[in-house]
Amino acid sequence: MSHPRVTGVGLTPFGKHSERTGRDLFAEAGLAALDDSGVDPDDVEALFYGNFMGELAEHQGHQAPLMAEAVGLDVPATRFEAACASSGAAVREAVRHLRSGEADVILVGGSERMTNIGTAGATDALSIAADDLYEIRAGMTFPGAYALMARAYFREYGGTREDLAHVAVKNHDHALPNEYAQLRSEITVEDALDAPMVAEPLGLYDACPITDGASAAVLTSAEYAEEHGFDAPVGITGTGQASDRMALQDRDHLLKSPAASKAADEAYADADVGPDDVDVAEVHDCFTIAEVLAIESLGLYEDGEGITAAREGETHVTGEMPVNLSGGLKAKGHPVGATGVAQIASITKLLEGKSSWSDDVDDARVGVAHNAGGTVASATVHVLEVQE
Amino acid sequence: MTDKARDGEYDDLLDAIEDGEGYYVECASGHGWLPPRRVCPDCGSRELTETPFPESGEVATYTTVSVATPQFSADTPYTTAIVDYGPVRVTGLLRGVDPDDIEVGMPVGIEVGERETTGDRAVVFRPR
Repeated sequence: MSHPRVTGVGLTPFGKHSERTGRDLFAEAGLAALDDSGVDPDDVEALFYGNFMGELAEHQGHQAPLMAEAVGLDVPATRFEAACASSGAAVREAVRHLRSGEADVILVGGSERMTNIGTAGATDALSIAADDLYEIRAGMTFPGAYALMARAYFREYGGTREDLAHVAVKNHDHALPNEYAQLRSEITVEDALDAPMVAEPLGLYDACPITDGASAAVLTSAEYAEEHGFDAPVGITGTGQASDRMALQDRDHLLKSPAASKAADEAYADADVGPDDVDVAEVHDCFTIAEVLAIESLGLYEDGEGITAAREGETHVTGEMPVNLSGGLKAKGHPVGATGVAQIASITKLLEGKSSWSDDVDDARVGVAHNAGGTVASATVHVLEVQE
Repeated sequence: MTDKARDGEYDDLLDAIEDGEGYYVECASGHGWLPPRRVCPDCGSRELTETPFPESGEVATYTTVSVATPQFSADTPYTTAIVDYGPVRVTGLLRGVDPDDIEVGMPVGIEVGERETTGDRAVVFRPR
């Protein structure tokens, strides 16, 4: 099977752009991706677009045609909503369309405007990814939900707030050279431990920031890339998606993410690789504990062993299993609907040798992107490989 | 509190808890859920029977929230807990205990309280 290629990618800087509209953010990213790819915009056959809180943040539903228009495309456009995994889900559908031969060129992407509604407004908007009746009405916020999982994890496997602080420190380190990252500042373990509590045991530095931004990627069939002479060495060779019970209370486990494990198993089987083959990973670290759960779900660590990975330096760029070289959601920022495609963009640039850290992982051939919605009631996993 | 339509079986359950007759629904295989459920998502059984909550459950995990949504702003800091009632787990506000004294496994009973911010009803646990 010839695998769909990532022919171009584009991002806005991630950060606080309170006054910029979602459509302007996406236009910047989408046009950048088209320019990066060299694809004739007239060849684009569809837009698959991820967005989560547009109704609450901008009073704007029905965003997909608006976004197609914003990048100058007159194509069928569909919005995907899977909370924070919205654009991961969009990528998956694009990959399946390209594989089936239904299309040769698809623009995928996402955007989110969040800071204009403030911290309380964004906390409220994010919370609706949980079960309204049985979680939100019990005061569950997103940091709160991950705090519930963190405490359950600590109790079962051990682990401390200091272990989590090392995840934050590492991801801040990784973001330092990333010109698109929101938080480009070195922090210490003490900074993280001294920060105000958000939902005990998680503090401010355990949480990703609230972010405005957009991402886009031009995905093409391998045949199209070859015919047109595009330099697009990175293919998406595996895709997986799974769901879990919406509410934490209804799950078998409070300290695992089975949906991510299922999505990973599917993606690995699809790509005919295993966790041992993975050279670099971008995972959904909306909270520090989420990175721990993610690397265990992906099989990069056994259950209960991911907690020490950052402290031991293993997931640092200098370690054996670099995780979140972009800075992750924690430091790069997390414009919710844009995150899944931003991860694809980060892995692609890394494997192409065009990222700040590429020289440090110059033998990397296989990357994996893990995008999660809610408390991982939705998960998508994609395997990207340098094609011979 | 806004004047809005009841949320069916959810509000029925809260009424029942207020009357000391809280229940969950359970399939023949012993999988428990909170209503509304027409089918057991674990085994597909559509034969679900209302079963009373046990006298007390055990705190499975909890967090004390400092940064809340606007609907809980005046409640902060408050504690949200997931409580294990055997075949079913329930999420609610844990009150009547200092956050420093909460322990996983501690026995709690279920009742209905009000959110301080909005006056809306909420599931509340208290130590037994």
